[in-house]
Amino acid sequence: MAPLIETQKLTRLYRLGDETVTALADVSLTVDAGEFVAVMGPSGSGKSTFMNVVGCLDRPTSGSYRLDGEEVSRLDADRLAAVRNRKIGFVFQQFHLLDRLDALSNVELPLIYAGADRRGRRERAAEALRRVGLGDRLHHRPTQLSGGQQQRVAVARALVNGPKVLLADEPTGALDSRTSLELMALFQELNREGVTVVIVTHEPDVARFAARVVRFRDGCVLSDARQRPADAAAELAALSAEKAEADAAAEAAA
Amino acid sequence: MTLLDAVLSALDALRLHKLRSALTMLGIVIGVAAVIAMIAVGGGARQQVVAQIRSLGANLLVVTPGNVTQSGVRLGAGAASTLTDEDAAAIMNEIPSVQVTAPFLRGGAQVVAGGANWATTIYAVDLGWFEAREWEVESGRLFEPEELSRGAQVAIIGQTVAANLFPGMDPIGETVRVRNVPFRIVGVMARKGQSSWGQDQDDVLFVPLVAGRQRVIGRNQANARAVGAIYVKVRDGESLSMAEADVKALLRQRHRLQPHQEDDFAVRNLAEIAATREASARTLALLLAAVAGVSLAVGGIGIMNIMLVSVTERTREIGLRLAIGARQRDILRQFLFEATGLAAIGGAVGVAFGMAAAYGTARWAGWPLLIEPGAIVLAVVFSGLVGIFFGWYPALRASRLDPIEALRHT
Repeated sequence: MAPLIETQKLTRLYRLGDETVTALADVSLTVDAGEFVAVMGPSGSGKSTFMNVVGCLDRPTSGSYRLDGEEVSRLDADRLAAVRNRKIGFVFQQFHLLDRLDALSNVELPLIYAGADRRGRRERAAEALRRVGLGDRLHHRPTQLSGGQQQRVAVARALVNGPKVLLADEPTGALDSRTSLELMALFQELNREGVTVVIVTHEPDVARFAARVVRFRDGCVLSDARQRPADAAAELAALSAEKAEADAAAEAAA
Repeated sequence: MTLLDAVLSALDALRLHKLRSALTMLGIVIGVAAVIAMIAVGGGARQQVVAQIRSLGANLLVVTPGNVTQSGVRLGAGAASTLTDEDAAAIMNEIPSVQVTAPFLRGGAQVVAGGANWATTIYAVDLGWFEAREWEVESGRLFEPEELSRGAQVAIIGQTVAANLFPGMDPIGETVRVRNVPFRIVGVMARKGQSSWGQDQDDVLFVPLVAGRQRVIGRNQANARAVGAIYVKVRDGESLSMAEADVKALLRQRHRLQPHQEDDFAVRNLAEIAATREASARTLALLLAAVAGVSLAVGGIGIMNIMLVSVTERTREIGLRLAIGARQRDILRQFLFEATGLAAIGGAVGVAFGMAAAYGTARWAGWPLLIEPGAIVLAVVFSGLVGIFFGWYPALRASRLDPIEALRHT
C-alpha cells in the first residue's frame, strides 16, 4: 500500500526583501495511514511551513508531494481547495469558529463547499458533533461554549467530511492542561478508530501521546523516532481519581 | 456551494450588522426613490399636459386685441377693441392652413329662469367656436346658420348652468332671461370639466355672436363689429408657428400698421403654453434624475467602503473558509452577494419610498398617478447592478487572500 503522505526533496523558499529564506530544504518524509505523528521544533524550524504544504495551503518551491497517491504539489488554487475539502481536516490553535453560527452550522461549513444536499449535511454535522461528545450542544454558539468545547466543535468540523488526515496546528495552545489532556484523549480515540493524525506542536507534553515524533530544525528533519505513546485517557482517569480523593480528604477535614 | 446557500449566508451576514447595513443602504434608497418619483412625476405631468391640450382643442391659436399707443401713452393689452369679426373672416379666407376661425365676445351676467337665477359667463359665438374647441352638444342642437345671421334670441347652456337653473328638468325649449333679454334654450353642451387653471368650463351660456353683441354684452360703441378675441384653429399637420406668423402678417396689413408700429393685437399659441408647462415638469424630472444619479453613485461607494471594511474584519473567516475547501470563486460570490443584497434591499425600500413620494406629488399637483411596473423592475435591477459594480473590487480582494496569511490575521 502506498503511504498516505509522501514528500520527496520538498523545498520551500521565501523572498524577504533581497534575501531568500529557506523554510524547508529537501525534506523527504512518509506517513502511513493510521499513524499518529507529532511534528516538533522551535519556531523558525520549518515545521509550520511543512504543515502548510502538507495541508495544501501552500505549494513547495520544488520537490514532490503525493497525498493519498496523488501528486498535489503542482495543482492550481481551485484543485488544492478541493483536495483540502475532501482529504484534509484542520484543527487550529485559535479554533477559527464563526461566532454568528451555532455549533451545527459551523460543522456544516465544509459540507456546503463539498456541495452536499441540505438535509444530509445537517445529519452528518450532528453525527460528527456526537462523535466528539457534543451531541447535546448542537445549537450553542461558540461564545456559549468553553474553550475545550469550542476546540471539540473544530475537531468535529475537521472530521465531518471524512478526511484522510487530521492536521492539528498547536491544538492545545489556547487550552489549560486538563482540557489539553481531554483533547489528546479524543485524538487518541479517533486515531484508534483509524483516523491519521498529524499534530504540530512545540510542547513535549503534547508530543508524548504520539507514536512517532519528527523534529525539525533549520528547515530539515533533525530526527524521526517512534515511541510508545502515553495513554491520555488513563492519565485523565487518574487525574479524576486524584481529584476525587483530594475532594474527599478536604470534606473529611471539614 | 449552491446558490440558495450563498444567498442565505449573505442575508445572515447582513443581519449581523443591522444598523450598519441599514445606513449603507440609505444612499441606494434615496437614489431609487428619486428614480421612481422622477418617472412617475414626469409621466404624470406629460399626461396632464396632453389632457390640457385636448380639452382646449388641439392646434389652437388665440388672437386677442393688443395694446394701443395714444399720444405716447401705452395702454395695456385688451385696452382697445381692435379685432373684428371681419378680421376673423379674412384669416379664414386668406390663410390656407387655417381650418376655422371663431370670433367671440365674453362677459359675465346674471341669468334668470322662472324663480331661479345664476351668475355665469356669457359667450357670444358663431359655429366656428364649437369646432375650434372640439365641443359638442349633449342634447338639443347647435345654432342654425340662419339664427346666427339674424341674431336670433336662442341660447345653449353648459351642464353647470343647466343643473342650477333647471334642476331635474329638461332645459330644452325653456326660456332664460339674460339682463332682461329672453333667450330660448335650444341645446345643452356635453360635460367638459375643469380647465387647466381650475375654472369650471361647464358654467357657461352661449348666444349667437350678433345677438350677444347687440343685446347682452354691447362691448364697444365705437366699432359695432368688434370682438373680444378670435380662436384660430390650424389644420392637422400644419405648423402652428407658421400659421401664427401668417396671422400676424395678415392682421398687421389689415390694421395698416407701419413697420415701426407695435402689433395692436396678440397671438398666443396654446401648444406653446402647454409646452412651457411640460418643460418645467421636465426640468423637475431632470433635477430628480441628477439627485438619483448622484445618490446612487454615493450609495455605491458607501457599499464599497463597507464591504472593504467587512473584508478586513472577516479576514480570518475568509482564511478558514479557504482552508476547509472554499474556492476563490466561492469567496468572491459570497461577498458579491452581500453587496448585491445590500443594494437590492435598498432598491426595494427605495421603490416603496419613491411610490409614496410620487403619490404625494400627484396629490399635491393634481396630476394623475402614473407608476409604471417597468420602472420599478428597472430601479431594482439597476440598484442590484450598482451593488455588483461597487461590490466587485472588495469581493475580488477577499477572494485573492492567501489562506495562510488570512488565518494568521489578528
